[in-house]
Amino acid sequence: MNVRQQFSDRESEPVHEPFLPAVHPIEFFQRDRDMHPPAYAPGYKTSVTRSPRRALLSLQNSLSEITGPVFGQNDIGLLDNDLIRNYAKSGDPIGERIIVHGQVLDENRKPVPHTLVEFWQANAAGRYRHKNDTYLAPIDPNFGGCGRALTDENGYYYFRTIKPGPYPWRNYVNSWRPAHIHFSIFGSGFAQRLITQMYFEGDPLIRICPIVHTCPDEAAIDRLIAPLDVNASVPMDTLAYRFDIVLRGRRSTLFENRLEGN
Amino acid sequence: MPQSLGYLKETASQTAGPYVHIGLIPHQAGFDIFQNNFGNMLAGAETEGEHIAIEGQVLDGTGTPVRDALIEIWQANTNGRYNHPADHQKKAVDPNFRGWGRTGADFQTGIYTFETVKPGAVIGRHTRMMAPHINFWIVSRGINIGLHTRMYFDDETEANAADPVLNLIEQQERRSTLFAKRSKRDGKTIYRFDIVLQGDNETIFFDV
Repeated sequence: MNVRQQFSDRESEPVHEPFLPAVHPIEFFQRDRDMHPPAYAPGYKTSVTRSPRRALLSLQNSLSEITGPVFGQNDIGLLDNDLIRNYAKSGDPIGERIIVHGQVLDENRKPVPHTLVEFWQANAAGRYRHKNDTYLAPIDPNFGGCGRALTDENGYYYFRTIKPGPYPWRNYVNSWRPAHIHFSIFGSGFAQRLITQMYFEGDPLIRICPIVHTCPDEAAIDRLIAPLDVNASVPMDTLAYRFDIVLRGRRSTLFENRLEGN
Repeated sequence: MPQSLGYLKETASQTAGPYVHIGLIPHQAGFDIFQNNFGNMLAGAETEGEHIAIEGQVLDGTGTPVRDALIEIWQANTNGRYNHPADHQKKAVDPNFRGWGRTGADFQTGIYTFETVKPGAVIGRHTRMMAPHINFWIVSRGINIGLHTRMYFDDETEANAADPVLNLIEQQERRSTLFAKRSKRDGKTIYRFDIVLQGDNETIFFDV
């Protein structure tokens, strides 16, 4: 009996599109915390008082962790993935026009379809449209700096924006962030929830950024850097960068009861 | 060399930073941009169940409120059913309840609030019932990877005593860091749930 048949009695129950896994999901792989930034990373000073110091309590997944919010097209608007247009008031925003695109996969290389990807960033001058950002670089009247997209059935997402600028921040006296775009990704279970940042190939500030280097694993840092993707660019119009995102994979075990029992 | 297993590695987390509001709750950053916004009202008038508010602060290791924190919650409905296709319990989904919300701590007071319904109990591993609880996920500047915790209800004494997750916690006194305190104010039921990032009363966070 293959895995699909083993679970087939469950297929007749009502489910909500768009998620219908071929195998009913079981728990996620253990998170490899050696590759993620630790909570306490003193080079990033704000983490010193905001980092739990006790060991995390390891929790085998239950329904509470393998489920998570489901989003659909009704949650987002037509311009949400076009940061060049979604806040344009009197014209286009200033800066380098770019497309950012990629695929959301899990650790099993399976695409993560219909999941919500949200992104936010500074404008071309390195200033955020945020009431707490007081950097002297100007606000761009035509740039909001945020957007969102649902991945398609193959896990692909894309959006159009302006390349963000680097900016100074209070950490050391002279700390600068490399150009970056923040990403928030859901996956299908709350245990997959992830926020990260995408950097741009060739940016010399990556090497000296205390936030980048909260991540202790050089290979993991490399995976945060989006390469220029000339083939995906639009000639005479827009350059492109590719950023694939990997969420935790899940087991599809053959010899265990379902999490919730039988 | 043996064969490669070929797994990919998870993308590394990076802090949500001080401007997380722009992306996830732009109104709090100071502007409106999307037609549909996510927020802290999980339950509307139609939602079934006991309507409650949750409020609290996220506190750092010095006891200072984290005023730029972003908090998300995920919970079952009043029947104890998650609105998700992987939940196969024989319980009704409430079409008026997604079970998820997000909010930012107030920039002045650090207080966060949610309006929702009290969840029912959900079956846990090995068919052991889990006491009613709400899953929390906290990110902010200075938090390098999102923190997972659970809020339980202090008026669910019996269910809490039997809860398989609370019973994993070896130090009895630490269990109380996960209990929200029930009170009434202006006829509303309010649960107070503070999240302590560091120190003597550090909240229990989970590696899920």
